Amino acid sequence: MDLDNQIPENKKFTVFNVVTGIILAGGLVLTVLRFTMGLGTVTNLDNTNPWGIWIGFDLLCGVALAAGGYVTSASCYIFGLKRFHLAVRPAILTAFLGYALVVLALHYDVGRPWRLPYPVFYSQGTSSLLFEVGLCVFLYLTVLLIEYSPAAMEWLGFKKLRNWVVKLTLLLTIFGVILSTLHQSSLGALFMIVPSKLHPLWYSSYLPVYFFISSMFAGMSMVIFEGSLAHRYLKYKMDETHLKESSGVAFGFAKAASLVMMGYFFIKIIGLSIGNNWHYLFTSWGLWFLLELIGFVLFPAILYAVGSREKNLVLVRLAAIWTVLGIMLNRLNISVVAFNWHLPSAQRYYPSFMEIATSVFIVTLGIVVYKFIVTRMPILHEHPDYKAH
Amino acid sequence: MLISRRKFLGSLGAAIGATTTGTLTKAYGAANKHFKGYPGSSGVLHDTTLCIGCRKCEQACNKVNDLPQPEKPFEDLGVLDKKRRTQADEFTVVNQFGTQEKVFVKKQCNHCLEPACASACFVKAFTKTPEGPVVYDASLCVGCRYCMVACPFDIPAYEYDKALAPRVTKCTMCAPRLEEGKLPGCVKACPREALIFGKRDTLLKIAKSRIQNFPDRYIDHVYGEHEMGGTSWLYLSGKPFETIGMREDLGTTSAPELTSGPLSAVPIIVGLWPVLLTGVYAISKRKDKIAKEEKEDALKAAELQANEDMNQKLEELREKITKEKTAAINFEVKKALEEVSKEAEAAKEKEAETQDIEESEEKGKQEE
Repeated sequence: MDLDNQIPENKKFTVFNVVTGIILAGGLVLTVLRFTMGLGTVTNLDNTNPWGIWIGFDLLCGVALAAGGYVTSASCYIFGLKRFHLAVRPAILTAFLGYALVVLALHYDVGRPWRLPYPVFYSQGTSSLLFEVGLCVFLYLTVLLIEYSPAAMEWLGFKKLRNWVVKLTLLLTIFGVILSTLHQSSLGALFMIVPSKLHPLWYSSYLPVYFFISSMFAGMSMVIFEGSLAHRYLKYKMDETHLKESSGVAFGFAKAASLVMMGYFFIKIIGLSIGNNWHYLFTSWGLWFLLELIGFVLFPAILYAVGSREKNLVLVRLAAIWTVLGIMLNRLNISVVAFNWHLPSAQRYYPSFMEIATSVFIVTLGIVVYKFIVTRMPILHEHPDYKAH
Repeated sequence: MLISRRKFLGSLGAAIGATTTGTLTKAYGAANKHFKGYPGSSGVLHDTTLCIGCRKCEQACNKVNDLPQPEKPFEDLGVLDKKRRTQADEFTVVNQFGTQEKVFVKKQCNHCLEPACASACFVKAFTKTPEGPVVYDASLCVGCRYCMVACPFDIPAYEYDKALAPRVTKCTMCAPRLEEGKLPGCVKACPREALIFGKRDTLLKIAKSRIQNFPDRYIDHVYGEHEMGGTSWLYLSGKPFETIGMREDLGTTSAPELTSGPLSAVPIIVGLWPVLLTGVYAISKRKDKIAKEEKEDALKAAELQANEDMNQKLEELREKITKEKTAAINFEVKKALEEVSKEAEAAKEKEAETQDIEESEEKGKQEE
C-alpha cells in the first residue's frame, strides 16, 4: 500500500490550478515591479510608517502561525504525548514552509535583500532585538529543514542518511523550542522600543511574553485548521492511522489551546491592570481592544472548551479558524493599526492593493509547494519501509 | 553513542551560551549604568525664540550634503504653511507654529546620547561617535527600516524610490565638516544665531543661564537635556514644547534601556530551557517506563493469580472427588458390612435353626 507518488488523474485546468496560476503570474509581475521601481511604487509605505503588512502580516502572522512546528514536536517528543505523532510531520512541513516564506517575503520588504545574511555573518548588531529575531529565524529555519528532511529522504530513498538524521530528533526538538521561545517573544519585544508610538492598550513590558504564549495556541489552531483542510482535499494521501486518530489530535490541541488561551486572557488583564490603562477601555480604541481580547481570545477559548468536552469536531474547527483570525488581528493591531495611533488619519498607513496582492502571492506559493510535497512524500502517511515509530 | 551525543549537546549549548553572552554585554550595561553622554562631545543649541523662519539653514544643509534642488526655492516661505517632516532629500526642515505670534522650529536628527536607531540596528550601521554626531554607514545597511520605527522623533527617512540600493538618510551634524574643523552647515548659515554649536555641557550652561536671565521669555525647560536619555541637540522655547510640535510624553528612559529587559532574558532561556526540557523528557520517559513495568507486573500477577485459582480449583476438585470416593467406598463398605452382618445374622438364624433341629433330634434320640 504505497501512498507515495499517487497523484490522481492529471487534469491541467482544475479550478485550483487556474486560480493559483493567475495569482502566481500576478506575483511575478509584482516581483518585477518591486525590483525595478522600488518600494515607493508598490507600497503605501512612507517615512513615518516604515512597516506595513509585509511585516505585520507576512512576518509577524507568518511566524506566529508557523508555531505549530515546535508545539507539535515538543508535545510528541519532549512531553511524550505519542498521540500527536501523526501530526508532527504535517506541522513540521508547514512550519518549514512558513518560515521559508517569511524569509522570502522579507526579500521584498528590505532594501537590499542580498545583505540579509549580514546580521548573522558580517556585522552583528547585538543590541537589537531584530538581531535576535534574525539569528533565531536563520537557525530555526535550518533546524526545520533538518527536521523535515527525513520525509524527503524517504521519498528519495536515502535510507542511511535518513536513519542518521532521525536519531537527532530529540536534540533538534529541544533546540527548536529554545529558538522558538526566543524569536517568538522577540517579535513582540521589537515594539518595546516605541512606547511613544504604540497605543498603551497594546504596549506593555509583557509584549514578549504575550507573543510567546499566543504563539502556542496560534500553532495548535493552525495544526487543527490544516488538519481539517487536509481531510477535505488530501484524504486519499492519508493512511489508516491518520484517518482514525487525527480527530484525537484535534481534541487534544483544542483542550490545550483552550487552557492556554484562558491563561493568556488573564495575563492580558494583568498587563492592563499594571499599566493602569482601564480608562482607555471606554474610548473607541478600547472597544477595538475588547473586540480582540473578548471576541477573538475568550470566545474561541470557550468554543474550544465546549468542543473538546462534547467531542464536537465542527465546533473545534470553527474555534481554530476563529483563533487564527484573532492572532492575525492581534499582530496587525500591534504593527499597523495601533501603531502611530496618535497621528491624524491623513498620516496613517493603509496597505496598497499591490502590497496585499504580494502577500496573497506568497501565501499561494506556500500552498502550491505544500501540495507538491504532500502529494509526493510521506507526510500524511507513513512510508511502508519505515513503519513502527 | 550516548556519551558522544551528550558531549555534542554540551558543546552546542556552550557555543550558544558564548555567543549570546557576548551579545548581552551591552544591554546588561545599559540596564545598570546611567550614561550621561561622551564627555566633551559636541551639540547644537536651538533657541526657537530667535528663529525667524528664513530657511537659510535648509538651504545650507541642502548644499553641504549635495542634495537635489527642491521643487520650490528656499526663498519661498509659503512652504512653511504646511507642517513638514524630514525626507530622504531633506535632512532638516523648519516648521511654523501659532497664528498671531509665529514660532519657528527647526527639525533634524537630535543626535541622542543613546540613540534608538543605533540600538535598533541589527547590523550596527549607526554609530554614536564620541564627538557627538550619530552617523550612518550605508555599506552595512540592509534596509529593514527598524531604525525609522524605533526613532521617537521620526527623523530617519528612506529612499523609497530606489529599487535596489535604497539608503536611510538623516542629518549627520555635518560630521565630515566637524573633522575638518568647520561648523555644521546650518549653524554657519543661521543669520540670527538661533543655532549655536559647542560642547554639550557648555550649551546646557548657556541655555540655563538664558532661562535664568530672561524668565519671562523662556519656558523653564531645556528640551533634550533628559528626553529619551538626553540628546546632543538642545532646544529653548517661549511656548510649551507640546504646542511647537515637540512631544513632551517621551519620558527620560533611553531606547536601549527599554529593550534591555527582553535581551537579558535570552541567556537565561538558553541556559534554562535545555535543562527544563530534558527534565520534562526524562519525566515522561520514566512515566512510560514505569507504566510499562506496572503493566508487566500486573500481567505477571494476573498470570500468577490465574495459576493459583486453577490450583485451588483442582485441589477442590480433587478433594471433592476424594470425598465422593470415600463416601462411595464408605457406602460400599457399609453396604458390604451390612450385607455381611445380614448374612451373619442369617447364618446365625440358620445355625440356631439347625441347632434347634439338632437339639430336637437329640431330644428325640434321648427319648427313644
